[in-house]
Amino acid sequence: MKYLEAIRLALAELLADDQRVFIYGQDIAGPFGGAFKATKGLSERFPGRVLNSPISEDAMTGLAIGAAMDGMRPIVEYQFADFASVAFNQLVNHAGSIFYRTGRPCPIVARLPVGGTPGGGPFHCQMPETWLSNHPGLVVVAPATVADAYFMLKDAVACRDPVAFLEHKYLYYHLEAEFDPRVAEHPGLGRAVVRRQGDDLTIVAYSGMVHHATAAAAVLESDHNISAEVVDLRCVRPLDEETILASLARTGRIIIASEGFPFGGPTAEVAALVAEKGFAYLDAPPVRLAARDTPIPFHPELFAEHHPDDQAIVQAALELAKY
Amino acid sequence: MSDNAERIRLFKVMVLARTCDDRMAKLKAQNEVAGSVFVGRGQEALSGAAGIQLRPGDVFAPLIRDQAGRFGYGETPLDVARTVLGRRTGPMRGRDGNVHRGDWGAGLLPMISHLGAMAAPVIGVLLSRRLTGKQKPGDLSVGIASIGDGGMNTGALHEAMNIAAVERLPFILLVADNQFAYSTTSDRTYACKHLVDRAIGYGVAGHRCDGTDADACLATVGAAVAAARAGKGPQLVVADLLRLAGHGTHDDASYVPEDVKSRFGDCLQMFERSLIQQGVLDAAAVAAIRDEARRQIEAAVEQARAEPQPEAATEDWSARCERDLVHVRSA
Ligand SMILES: Cc1ncc(C[n+]2csc(CCOP(=O)(O)OP(=O)(O)O)c2C)c(N)n1
Repeated sequence: MKYLEAIRLALAELLADDQRVFIYGQDIAGPFGGAFKATKGLSERFPGRVLNSPISEDAMTGLAIGAAMDGMRPIVEYQFADFASVAFNQLVNHAGSIFYRTGRPCPIVARLPVGGTPGGGPFHCQMPETWLSNHPGLVVVAPATVADAYFMLKDAVACRDPVAFLEHKYLYYHLEAEFDPRVAEHPGLGRAVVRRQGDDLTIVAYSGMVHHATAAAAVLESDHNISAEVVDLRCVRPLDEETILASLARTGRIIIASEGFPFGGPTAEVAALVAEKGFAYLDAPPVRLAARDTPIPFHPELFAEHHPDDQAIVQAALELAKY
Repeated sequence: MSDNAERIRLFKVMVLARTCDDRMAKLKAQNEVAGSVFVGRGQEALSGAAGIQLRPGDVFAPLIRDQAGRFGYGETPLDVARTVLGRRTGPMRGRDGNVHRGDWGAGLLPMISHLGAMAAPVIGVLLSRRLTGKQKPGDLSVGIASIGDGGMNTGALHEAMNIAAVERLPFILLVADNQFAYSTTSDRTYACKHLVDRAIGYGVAGHRCDGTDADACLATVGAAVAAARAGKGPQLVVADLLRLAGHGTHDDASYVPEDVKSRFGDCLQMFERSLIQQGVLDAAAVAAIRDEARRQIEAAVEQARAEPQPEAATEDWSARCERDLVHVRSA
């Protein structure tokens, strides 16, 4: 099953199992089925519950908030995560503040197609987790596997807080795995998971970067005799501090890699976490790998050098192992 | 003209709101209030006319000058006093204050400050009602969102109004064109002849009325609400009036020119005069309504004053309802 198909399957089951669920977004209904086809076939199967919206991200989100407060479980599809910046206000100031202000939960799910693809350019490739996760009240998750795409979407709808669900566009069609929901492992929504065990250093990643991390770990093992552990954060807000610190305690060295911009964000948070609470475990300073501090370039050659990849992680790991 | 029972009901709500606003302003002057106090002086007719049309199951998203509408829809003076005084017992428990209060469960939406932001949530509630089959055709639950001439120009408001029109929801946008957005005059705020002209652009019904005339407000808002209930889609109501106070109690509004002031009367005074002239109320009845309003507001203030403030040490500092995300799992 492909990552995108897992999302579609989860959406179909959510619609079938829970009358409170509806999906609202641009171009998601009818035979078109969404810019990435995540909702293909769903409006036909669930008439009136997969609704095309105008290009109005702010009001789409405000509408979802109102519906959620009235008892629904709305799922908003943003065509690209980049355009959710237009909904910044409703997401952070409204959805994020309702529980604290009023004591009532606001269960909306914002589905955000994130991440870079060659030729996507500055406004179709961004990672929104840094600006979303700074604000109290929002949960921010970033599934990296087929199973997580499925389970975490269902968990996001079960979660009573507003959830930003980051789905990686490259993984939509490029990631495929055997998946049977009845037997697959299903960790809780906020749990980080060790994807690969290792002894010498820890690589923390999330979303598409998890695959660069596991590829780098394989190279480190086969070519350099370095045993790297890969921790997939899955949920970047809140962080599963326990799993991160437990891995660091085993390895003593840590790299945190992300496709997002370098200032702030989950990589900085994990670095701060290990400095504050894992200092005694550290055999070397934590290493952060993030995208370059420029808008994301259009040209594939520039794009390829904008964010860390397997090789960048391998390089950083070799340096770190020497420390 | 509306029936006299309805007119008296509106008058009482207007008096209660004016009394409450004045009392909150005084509390501010007495240094008992943190932050701002905003009053709806001059807007009681429009706001009250909207509030009293609503019934349980409807939704109302008031803004800063809607004390009359809030009372009309059932907010209690105690909720006002508790929130303004930041009491732990209030609906916002000291976590939010002044006009940022309400109760989602009662259909009285607690506004966020961002102007224009509360229209879409009202529309979301109405869409939810439709999706769950809770609406009775021909007698729909409606939603009203308030906005000013300033807030009319936010992207959020335009987006929401357009969605309401596309979905043909029973939504009423209640616009108080009070000539000023804080200190900015309308000619720097919008360039159309009248804000009601925007109804054509949105594809919704437009209504215009004199916001200083309580009977006109009752008739116009009443018609708009009736049309929405009947399934005729969103309604844009624009009332012309003047903000008869500063933006908040901190603002002396010295920038409002005399000729503008002379163009607009006080809706409450004028309504009282016409009710007396028409023999609907006599001076004694008006005095009794005033006394009762003062009594209610004073009782609320006294009670709230005696109630506890929030305490940082016992505050539950959690912005999430799910504290432990590690264990959140779908069935
Ligand atoms: C999006 C946004 N920008 C700015 C403000 C600050 N602000 C609060 S009230 C106000 C003026 C509002 O004018 P109007 O909408 O005409 O309403 P009125 O105060 O006249 O009732 C401004 C600028 C705000 N609350 N929200």
